[in-house]
Amino acid sequence: MTTAKQSQVTKNARTVRMQWLMDEIVTGFEVYRSGFRFQSCLDFVFWLKNAELFTLTYGAIVRQLLTDLEEVEEVNKQLDQMGYNIGVRLVDEFLEKSNVSSCVDFKETAEVIAKVGFKMFLGVTASVSNWDSEGTTCSLILEDNPLVDFVELPDNCQGLYYCNILSGVIRGALEMVSMKTEVTWLRDMLRGDDVFELQVKLLKQVPEEYPYKDDE
Amino acid sequence: MIGVGKIKQYTNVLDRPIGKGKQEVSLSAFAFLFSELVQYNQTQVDNIAELERRLEDAGYAVGARVLELLCHREKGNRRETRLLGILSFIHSTVWKVLFGKVADSLEKGTEHEDEYMISEKELLVNRFISIPKDMGAFNCGAFVAGIVRGVLDNSGFPAVVTAHFVPVDGQHRPRTTILIKFAEEVLQREARLG
Repeated sequence: MTTAKQSQVTKNARTVRMQWLMDEIVTGFEVYRSGFRFQSCLDFVFWLKNAELFTLTYGAIVRQLLTDLEEVEEVNKQLDQMGYNIGVRLVDEFLEKSNVSSCVDFKETAEVIAKVGFKMFLGVTASVSNWDSEGTTCSLILEDNPLVDFVELPDNCQGLYYCNILSGVIRGALEMVSMKTEVTWLRDMLRGDDVFELQVKLLKQVPEEYPYKDDE
Repeated sequence: MIGVGKIKQYTNVLDRPIGKGKQEVSLSAFAFLFSELVQYNQTQVDNIAELERRLEDAGYAVGARVLELLCHREKGNRRETRLLGILSFIHSTVWKVLFGKVADSLEKGTEHEDEYMISEKELLVNRFISIPKDMGAFNCGAFVAGIVRGVLDNSGFPAVVTAHFVPVDGQHRPRTTILIKFAEEVLQREARLG
């Protein structure tokens, strides 16, 4: 390479690096403002370099369920149940790796799920919106979802919530931290909407029960 | 990020760009999903052979799709017609894309002409799974065996693929070997092609 080209390349590299630094500073400032130190916790997560194995395995699961159960409603319920089982165990790992202190209210919980939780497991962030007046219901909006790459719903499965496992995961995870919730799908990209929207409604906060009686 | 445009909505899924395969998910997400798959299948069957068969069938579907995806993306739509070609495709490309590394080894069986083995010190799917004593020889690698069978079958190399544990001296956990036994017609075709 000639020296002119070399200097051009290094200049480009420097510009790119400057841009990256600026982005990092902006993100860092936002992170600081929001009070979550989530950038560092993501270093402890083992990443699968390619989400396709994950996507295809999930597709195989849904296909197996459809063949076995045949009824779309049954499949939805089974996916939700599987998600619940996952969520119950997932929350342990999440709390261990993310180092977040306990959330003050449901608003903070929803933010943590959307920004840290989804990023830690699925590699995508969601956004929170549509809070109701009491602060007990909100919507999690996902624009990018690794579960639905390459997927199209056929005509005979139109009632299927393909990503229903996600609603089960959130429900299970929140139940383990003493919040009973109801999670439903408002918008689904596979049905023609432009994003995935999950509505999370806090039903009640169950205080932790001491499992042993005092006298015995 | 501020100002990122929304992804264009394609009406037909076949028109959407395939993507470079750079999206990442966490290993634990996959491990949880796989454990649910195994647990669900355990409720549906009575014995181990059935369970392995169901896992293999699930893997077969994955393998068929992986082959299509990789042929288009990595190999520019060229097919493998030779035995060694398809085996090295599985051993390096498929393994690299699915598990992030090439398989540990590819060997030819000494006793039979039609047997080949792909070995892995610790299969990704087996990493977080412990087999209780009463399940004996059950191996969750049956899922990966299914993937390999899916790729081979759909490339025109019918074979019987199974997963086995092979204890290794000096190592606490046994090695996993995927045993591939090709059908007669594959060997005859190989011999004809010279």
